[in-house]
Amino acid sequence: MIEARELTKRYGDKTVVDHLDFTVKPGEVTGFLGPNGAGKSTTMRMILGLDAPTAGSVTVNGKAYDRHAAPMHEIGALLEAKSVHPGRSAVGHLTALAQTHGIARTRVDEVIDLAGLHSVAHKRVGAFSLGMGQRLGIAAALLGDPEVVMLDEPVNGLDPEGVLWVRNLLAQLASEGRAVMLSSHLMSETSQIADHLIIIGRGRLLADTTVADLVAAAAGGVKVLSDEASRLTALLAAPDVAVTSYSSEELLVTGMSAREIGQVAMRHSVPLHELTPVGVSLEEAFMDLTRDEVEYHSGSVESTRKAAR
Amino acid sequence: MTVIEADTDRGALGGPGRERTVVKNVTFARVLRSEWTKFITLRSSWVTLDLGLLLLGLFGAVAAFTYSPDAVDGMGGPPGVGGGTTDAVSLALTGLSFASMVVGVLGVLLTAGEYSTGMIRSTLAAVPKRLPVLWAKGLIAGVSVFLVTAVGAFAAFLIGQFGLDGESIALSLNDDGVIRSLLGAGVYLGLVAMFGVAIGSLVRSPAGGIAAVVGVLLLLPGLASLLPDSWYDTLSPYFPSTAGGAVYALTESADGLSPGAGIAVFAGWVVLAFAAAALRLKRTDA
Repeated sequence: MIEARELTKRYGDKTVVDHLDFTVKPGEVTGFLGPNGAGKSTTMRMILGLDAPTAGSVTVNGKAYDRHAAPMHEIGALLEAKSVHPGRSAVGHLTALAQTHGIARTRVDEVIDLAGLHSVAHKRVGAFSLGMGQRLGIAAALLGDPEVVMLDEPVNGLDPEGVLWVRNLLAQLASEGRAVMLSSHLMSETSQIADHLIIIGRGRLLADTTVADLVAAAAGGVKVLSDEASRLTALLAAPDVAVTSYSSEELLVTGMSAREIGQVAMRHSVPLHELTPVGVSLEEAFMDLTRDEVEYHSGSVESTRKAAR
Repeated sequence: MTVIEADTDRGALGGPGRERTVVKNVTFARVLRSEWTKFITLRSSWVTLDLGLLLLGLFGAVAAFTYSPDAVDGMGGPPGVGGGTTDAVSLALTGLSFASMVVGVLGVLLTAGEYSTGMIRSTLAAVPKRLPVLWAKGLIAGVSVFLVTAVGAFAAFLIGQFGLDGESIALSLNDDGVIRSLLGAGVYLGLVAMFGVAIGSLVRSPAGGIAAVVGVLLLLPGLASLLPDSWYDTLSPYFPSTAGGAVYALTESADGLSPGAGIAVFAGWVVLAFAAAALRLKRTDA
């Protein structure tokens, strides 16, 4: 469990993280999303106590990170890929980390096997590819059998097989009751792994939602062109259906599928000359969210709809 | 690759009903052990230690074998050795100022190298209290450099005895102050390595740290000679390398410190450097 309260970080007069409130709960995968420079890495560094917050606080399992007697047992983290001395081998690196917590050598071998690094375990890390570096970072994160696993851009540099591996691994960790947090700037990728989404932009919280809710909010609608648009509007009226009129002929209908609209129109002999489902991808919804943070609070659906047109 | 298979079969961390990994609290002894592993798993540690040993042993032995009482002392003694008179110990320690640079670099790389590579993030995530890491690094650098360079100093002296056989300046280990001087060289170099650890942690850049160590140890005494004479005479015995030099000089120079006072002053500088490093490590973002 990670709890951030009013978490703020300023460098000079630049506010990188701005009064962030969020919770990463056990048993689920929380995606931490934002464009580059949104403050994701800074937030993660504050969670690990590497950077001190300017204001506010963040706790891991109820305590500030540096108050834990065995911090690697509380949270395991992958920060920027190369937080490793390139002159050391994977085994040397992991052994040194394990020794700070009296973790047995067998556990080092275990995480090396888990990360698929067996064949390169004794090679210098400097010769590793980006993907191998990521695997080593994930191995290090799991070393202390932590309650919380936090990964910064874990699939960067991984091949498709590696991406699948990370996805399965994170799902498994969450199913074991651990809290999993992963950051990304790619919505498409995160929505496949995460249950919960925390979206930030310029250090501020934009959305704290679930993937399902965001999909629902982002659903585009159906564009309808008809000579009798106003009559159709009346016919389509229902509790969950919203109809927006853009001109005397053009409508955008949400809450009803193209098939249903077509059937209603036929039943009442309303001539249609266009009936087009307008998709809004999660990626578009995300970009729209992060493009203008202020607009989000007042009407997210409205803004996604505009993006769709 | 069987990565995915291994993952789904066995479970990421052992599957349901798994035994949890035994994880103990972070203690200073464990941090020390971890830092020792880090120290011996880096090639730069071995290269600098070997080079320090080689420079001391080789230069000292060669100086003794090429010594001639008539010739002007061409090799130049290590800094801090008072007067122009040469003795068997200062000949044996001819390589000391080179060795001091090498072990200074060793110390700087131990700390600043972690910042330049990003390793520091892994280190401080494992030991968020931070200070134990600095103490452990200092202890490891100091003790290992002391042991290796003391061996080098004794080796240089003992080999050099054959070269100086029959010369008037020849000494044996039984003579007054010889063992103290040779051990003192090891102590001085151990402290130089610790000084490097502190400066490296303070500066956070290998190049900057090395420049700072070289500057303080080698250049400061030279620069200070620009000061008015009366100031220079009062201050110069207290410069780090000059005070440290009193530890391994066989004969106390008239205007210098005693070996005990010299080591205390140099250790004081090292403590000051560690205090500054500790403050920066604890206070500022990694």
